[in-house]
Amino acid sequence: MSWFDIGPVEALPMRGARRVRTPKGCIAVFRTAEDEVFATAARCPHKGGPLDEGIVHGRKVTCPLHSWVFDLATGEALGEEGRVATYPARIEKGRVLIDLSQLVMRGTA
Amino acid sequence: MNTKTERLVVIGAGMASGRLLEHLTEEARGAFDITLFNAEPRGNYNRIMLSPVLSGDSTWEEIVIHDDAWYAERGITCRFGEHVIAIDRKRKVAVGQKGEVPYDRLVIATGAAPFILPIAGNDMPGVLTYRDLDDTNAMIAAAGKGGSAVVIGGGLLGLEAAAGLKARGMDVTVVHLMGHLMERQLDEAAGYLLEKDLEARGIRVLTRAATKAIIGKGHVEAVILEDGRILPADLVVMATGIRPETRLAVDAGLEVERGIVVDARMITSDPAILALGECVEFEGHLFGLVAPLYEQARVAADTLMGRESRYVVREVATRLKVTGVDLFSAGDFAEGEGREDIVYRDPGRGIYKRLVVEDDRLIGVVMYGDTADGNWFFDLIRDRTPIDEMRDNLIFGPAAAEGGAAADPLSAVAALPPEAEICGCNGVCKGKIVAAIEGGAHDLAAVRAATRASASCGSCSGLVEQLLELTLGDAFEAPAAEPICGCTDLTHEEVRRLIRATPLKSQEAVWQELGWKTRNGCHICRPAINYYLLAEWPLEYRDDPRSRFVNERRHANIQKDGTFSVVPRMWGGLTTPAELRAIADVAERYDIPAVKVTGGQRIDLLGVRAEDLPRVWADLNAAGLVSGHAYSKGLRTVKTCVGSDWCRFGTQDSTGLGVRLEKVLWGAWTPHKVKLGVSGCPRNCAEATCKDVGIVCVESGYQIGVGGAAGMEVKATELLAQVATEDEVVEIVTAFIQLYRENARYLHRPYKWLETVGLDWVKARVVDDPDERRRLVERFEISQSVYRKDPWAEQVAAHADEFAPLAEIRMEAAE
Ligand code: SRM
Ligand SMILES: Cc1cc2nc3c(=O)[nH]c(=O)nc-3n(C[C@H](O)[C@H](O)[C@H](O)COP(=O)(O)OP(=O)(O)OC[C@H]3O[C@@H](n4cnc5c(N)ncnc54)[C@H](O)[C@@H]3O)c2cc1C
Ligand code: SF4
Ligand code: FES
Repeated sequence: MSWFDIGPVEALPMRGARRVRTPKGCIAVFRTAEDEVFATAARCPHKGGPLDEGIVHGRKVTCPLHSWVFDLATGEALGEEGRVATYPARIEKGRVLIDLSQLVMRGTA
Repeated sequence: MNTKTERLVVIGAGMASGRLLEHLTEEARGAFDITLFNAEPRGNYNRIMLSPVLSGDSTWEEIVIHDDAWYAERGITCRFGEHVIAIDRKRKVAVGQKGEVPYDRLVIATGAAPFILPIAGNDMPGVLTYRDLDDTNAMIAAAGKGGSAVVIGGGLLGLEAAAGLKARGMDVTVVHLMGHLMERQLDEAAGYLLEKDLEARGIRVLTRAATKAIIGKGHVEAVILEDGRILPADLVVMATGIRPETRLAVDAGLEVERGIVVDARMITSDPAILALGECVEFEGHLFGLVAPLYEQARVAADTLMGRESRYVVREVATRLKVTGVDLFSAGDFAEGEGREDIVYRDPGRGIYKRLVVEDDRLIGVVMYGDTADGNWFFDLIRDRTPIDEMRDNLIFGPAAAEGGAAADPLSAVAALPPEAEICGCNGVCKGKIVAAIEGGAHDLAAVRAATRASASCGSCSGLVEQLLELTLGDAFEAPAAEPICGCTDLTHEEVRRLIRATPLKSQEAVWQELGWKTRNGCHICRPAINYYLLAEWPLEYRDDPRSRFVNERRHANIQKDGTFSVVPRMWGGLTTPAELRAIADVAERYDIPAVKVTGGQRIDLLGVRAEDLPRVWADLNAAGLVSGHAYSKGLRTVKTCVGSDWCRFGTQDSTGLGVRLEKVLWGAWTPHKVKLGVSGCPRNCAEATCKDVGIVCVESGYQIGVGGAAGMEVKATELLAQVATEDEVVEIVTAFIQLYRENARYLHRPYKWLETVGLDWVKARVVDDPDERRRLVERFEISQSVYRKDPWAEQVAAHADEFAPLAEIRMEAAE
């Protein structure tokens, strides 16, 4: 596992997201109304919409470009063929941590 | 019985050590020679019950757990009212204020201390915390003088203090930093219900309110909030959390993180010293409720008596001890993947229940209003019972294992009081409609004839039908209406009317009171509800950017490649060389790839990177340019032609009137976008007759047309009025826009809305009834007092950093 500390929870808007840049593409980090955090690839698999700009409802996000809806936990698009990569994320002592080991592997494989 | 007695010194006579002493003296009487220190000048009492003492429901005598006789019978040496000031581990002595006591083994049970906000005035007379009997007596004494109290902190302690002070006749305000009360134990929905209950009892609740300072001359007089509000106060109670009391342990060199670190036998980093209660930290956990402390007392007693025993952290449950408030929360309802919610709401009775399920097990529960099944759920959580088979009816509790009833979709309407207004046009209340139905009006037409309800704009027809269904039962068959989305069975019009009639002033209120089927809506209903709330309660409701589509949240139009376009406002299509120069400079400075003249008479900068937006805006602002709202469901452009200033045919100053209208209307949110045009003569160079509102100037004055369209449909405007002066134009147009704002369904342009209500209905209000027109303009102005301002400047000032990535990760660390 390679957990990265990306900042305090408060930096993520409630029912919103922020973007984290990595050399292997941007990650969208979401915070739900229940203070859960999720991380997915920021690019929508449909036509590349920025998922961090979508509306977050329950544990889902709606892409701002053409309204595909993704389950944040699994990355599955609901009612569409498609899936966005997800990364483990958690809150520890008020900080948001994301685990990017999969991203690293995917990139170096 | 042991032959050798061991010298045991216990620091702190609180609830945790009290239970420990009970075990030791019952199970190993005489084995220990016990000295008990307590900083408070008294022995162990039921700290939890200070709240009933504060509210007057209980007395001090009733909450004492161990009295003098109890300690005497067990031969415990009590040194109450004496602080231990040091522990000398080398010599194995506890140093009290009045002398040393040697120990073989030592127990630290010093509890926790209130956290004091580091703000000016926090030590002023009249500022109290809430921890012990002295605090409670001080509050009772202060309340005896009446006046107002401000409680800082809307957690368990703060709310119990607030309820107690209210019960003693004070005016109480709770100031809470977070978005909802008791956020550590409750989700937003339950927090909302709690807030509502407390407000109904006369306790004022301010959430998202940060305290800046406490002021007064020699005694507290007021609390100042960060946003500048000043709350007068004769008493301030600070209940902003607790900190483990670890000072002794730190000084003695024991391992301390946030609390004194103990292992599963409750032993600290020194094998001769144990610790338990709120002062400890175990596997990263801190403790703030008694149930786990009692388990720790059991383990610590076993350890001292040489028995094998291990402490494990278990879920805890919370209830609030405020009479009439029924809430329960247990387990974990946040964080983590693969979890699902089961939600039940009964708005009519103010009930909310939410279960959190993970891997076929219940892991968390939040309940409000009806907590009868709380312990049953709590057992399921603690026992990790598989719930697969009872899942469908789980939320209805143990009784309904085989088939419970679903929430009644009509209950929101059923819960309305008789005086709630159903038909806004004709001012008909629920009671009158129900009376008409009971008097024989058995369908919509009959109700209309009898009461005039739904006879005008018709947007309350759905509610009238629900009243028919409620009153007549199965005898009435309601025609199917299209709900907003899958989150509700209600239509746009019904939700809107209920927001007005109930009244509902927050999204949480809408979800709760109208029985939303999802936790917090979806991308379809959220923007609509957000609009309805801000249009209805401009001063009370705060716009929620998280319920807006990206363009309105970012105040720019998103492009297909994720960049944004920026369109500054050009009032009435007019610009100046300085503005054009500023736009040109910005385009060069930020490498903006395209600059285009729009179909709306202004200039579009296309392809701006998100992180550049705040600087682009700041530079445009510096030249006097503000947002053109090219992205909003709000006023877009007012197109004008050159008019009488220059044109040989111009009859009036169409450019000036356009600028004037734009200055009145800009910034307002509307159900869909709104565009205006003002042409100086019937040649109509500004294409005014296909706009939402189009004014055509003529020799004798102004023709005001409404309901034009030139998008996916093309339609000419219809004449609303012809007037003689610019002032009348401005008043009628403003009233028309406000009527549209208050009545149209979200995402209906004015022409769509006019198809449902009819031009005559609009004329009757906006043209023929001067009083109603004035009232509409007044309401518009109230709303504009909040929204007529440049959102770009605001974003630059307050949120600029949110446009850049939160973090930049370089991979080397991981590879
Ligand atoms: C920039 C502009 C085209 C241009 O280069 O001229 C434009 C661009 C867009 N229009 Fe438009 N419209 C523009 C003038 C118009 C006009 C002409 C006018 O305003 O005189 C119309 C016809 C009149 C009308 O409003 O109906 C127009 C009818 C639409 C419609 C159809 C609306 C309808 O009710 O049928 C949409 C779709 C919508 O709003 O749902 C739309 C939506 C859009 C969006 C916002 C599409 C989107 O959601 O991303 C485009 C954004 C591009 C961008 O990123 O900036 N645009 N659009 C014009 C901006 C005017 C301005 O200064 O604000
Ligand atoms: C108003 C109120 C309401 C509450 N309601 C609930 C509830 O509903 N449910 C629930 O589960 N919990 C509730 N709690 C929390 C509960 O009371 C505590 O979790 C519990 O009392 C902690 O026990 P403890 O023994 O660790 O500490 P305490 O009971 O605080 O005892 C510690 C004692 O150590 C003494 N001490 C500290 N330092 C020294 C020193 N250096 N020398 C000598 N003595 C020292 C202190 O004076 C204190 O008397 C409530 C608390 C309060 C204040
Ligand atoms: S007509 Fe309007 S919405 Fe369509 S491509 Fe052109 S700018 Fe975009
Ligand atoms: S790009 Fe996300 S839905 Fe089309």
